[in-house]
Amino acid sequence: MQLVLDNLDVFLVGMRTTATLTLVSFAVAMVIGVLLAACRVSPIPPLRAAGAFYVETIRNTPLTVLFLLFFFGLTKVGVLFGGFTTAVIVLGGYTGAFVGETVRSGINSVSRGQAEAARSIGLTFPQTLTIVVLPQALRTVVAPIGSLFIALIKNSSIASVIAVEELVFRTDALSNQTARGIPIFIGAVIAYLAMTIPSGFAFAALERRVAIKR
Amino acid sequence: MTAPVLADALGPRARRRVRIASFVAAGVLVVVVYVAFRRLSDKGQLEWAKWEPLTQWSVLKFLLLGLGVTVKTAAAGMAIALVLGAGLALMRLSRTAPVRWFATAWVELFRGFPLLLLIFFIFFALPKYGVTMTPFRALVLGLALYNGAMLGEIFRAGILSLDRGQSEAAYAIGLTYWQAMFLVIVPQAARRMLPAIISQMVTLLKDTSLGFIIAYEELLRRGRETGEFFANPLQTLVFVALVYIAVNFTLSRIAQTLEARQRRRYGASSVAHAGAEDLAVVSAAVEV
Repeated sequence: MQLVLDNLDVFLVGMRTTATLTLVSFAVAMVIGVLLAACRVSPIPPLRAAGAFYVETIRNTPLTVLFLLFFFGLTKVGVLFGGFTTAVIVLGGYTGAFVGETVRSGINSVSRGQAEAARSIGLTFPQTLTIVVLPQALRTVVAPIGSLFIALIKNSSIASVIAVEELVFRTDALSNQTARGIPIFIGAVIAYLAMTIPSGFAFAALERRVAIKR
Repeated sequence: MTAPVLADALGPRARRRVRIASFVAAGVLVVVVYVAFRRLSDKGQLEWAKWEPLTQWSVLKFLLLGLGVTVKTAAAGMAIALVLGAGLALMRLSRTAPVRWFATAWVELFRGFPLLLLIFFIFFALPKYGVTMTPFRALVLGLALYNGAMLGEIFRAGILSLDRGQSEAAYAIGLTYWQAMFLVIVPQAARRMLPAIISQMVTLLKDTSLGFIIAYEELLRRGRETGEFFANPLQTLVFVALVYIAVNFTLSRIAQTLEARQRRRYGASSVAHAGAEDLAVVSAAVEV
């Protein structure tokens, strides 16, 4: 364990990159997800089709493939970003598809009467969605969104494929420099648990706070 | 697709608005697709020479054999993960507290850090201690440990989602704990869990692409090699992505069909609809 304590800064810097990557990607994913859900419940057929196409394509493609496609493929057509930005786009776009499906299931769980009441007082579709339905829908999906957040923390490790120096990348490099890997592995596991377990509690607390008691 | 929840049958004015909005939206989508194609053709990515290798049988065979390796790995990982998950779920529901604690700690541990870290550890760190594994075994072991914990949670949610009356009735006719479990509860729970299990299989199949990182000759690694050889990485990666989508889409569809059938048969109480907490568990397992 001395090895871990001696290299504590490596773990901390790695954790910081992982945390930043996760938070920024999560923000992107939430925006994409809510927009996708809005598209998929809208009365406008082209938007519904585009939303469905995006979700089905992205959800069924491995994240590793998306990373490589972006990093080795799209550079061929002049789409060039740094490693971190690429990782944010890929992770945000991937998680966004799952957020979209989750939010959509939340929207479907809001009782019809809510939307009917909103329409009967003269709200338009965008107003019905943003003022009445979405706030209730988002409250019901806090727990599954929390699961997506935790999955995102773990998925951000795949950014190491394109040399983003997050926790797995740094601990793997450290492990290669030393003759023994187990202490470093244990250190990395503890570092991840230190992020995933509190996130779980935070979302559980948030859920209790915003849950609609019926 | 059911009727949209948020709009009734539309009146004439709303229908006109929807029509206009549809035209605008379709126009924007067409422009986006056009710009993308323009970009691709300007950079010479649509030239036939770049796509032609993907029509050669030798290249296709190389990639399809990679798909075979991917499927084989996923099947092996899934088989072990199912057994592990079943064991963990039974242990978490055990009446002996230490057994429960152990299984809970195990599940929380293996769900709490990335699969990639586990694979790196098994493949790169363990050999330093004299434990050497082929990439196939390392990948299968990693997939099984990780997904075993995920499936354990799915199984537990499935068993708990069953009405208590089932186990109470089983005990009332004199069955023991294990008889009640295997004759009454597991057969019913298994049927309910099937959609969630198949979704987890999709996740597992996608995760086999992590084998790319340890130079395992599965579909993605072979796609990358093909792309380097013919200098057409974009085209081969698109092809590889389409293969993954075809396989996973089929599996997802099977899961959806089963789920819809169960909702018809048992009301809205398959695992995926068992309530917020179970929903969280299932979606945690479904997403990776």
